[in-house]
Amino acid sequence: MSDQTDNPIRDAVAGAISEHEVILFMKGTPEAPGCGFSARTAGALQALDAPFAAVDVLPDPRIRQELSAISQWPTIPQLFVKGELIGGADIVGEMFESGELAELLGADQPTEPTADTAEVMPTSPPGMQIENRLG
Amino acid sequence: MPSTDEIRQRIEAALPGATAEVEDWTGGGDHLRATVVAPQFSGLSRIAQHRLVYDIFGDEIGGPIHALSLKTSTP
Repeated sequence: MSDQTDNPIRDAVAGAISEHEVILFMKGTPEAPGCGFSARTAGALQALDAPFAAVDVLPDPRIRQELSAISQWPTIPQLFVKGELIGGADIVGEMFESGELAELLGADQPTEPTADTAEVMPTSPPGMQIENRLG
Repeated sequence: MPSTDEIRQRIEAALPGATAEVEDWTGGGDHLRATVVAPQFSGLSRIAQHRLVYDIFGDEIGGPIHALSLKTSTP
């Protein structure tokens, strides 16, 4: 892939990051996540009742490619707040547990840990789902 | 596909003084979890700590190494 001066996909990704205060790039959607890591990250935001925009990277591989070029972060999901990369599933999970995520988002930390985000160090791998979106 | 032991050795070689534990999360060899304790992480944000580790593997992350979950800390 050569460098392009006119790159609509990169512009669209960069635009989405700057236009949304909280935006999550993930596999699948918050309602139907396509990967356990994406599910866990979206679940942390949902547990805080934090409004967020979500972008599914699966329909077009160029979204992921351009996103990683912008963020210099190799994996999905990626959470951005106020235009800044916060992290992927590991970091967001740690920040949820510590209350830092609630503080960052101005949300109330739930007093009862929720089942799907309760463990900082899960003893089992995140749920592996068949990603059938690519046919 | 690099073995968990190879991943551990590469992390420890790239970050002198670091200790790493790498486990195969699913048994399939492509979802790995590394717990890394390194003096180089001192003073860095989590993002910067994780980037130090991801940078060791470059394009292999998302390729031969499908997923590398990280937990980082300082000694």
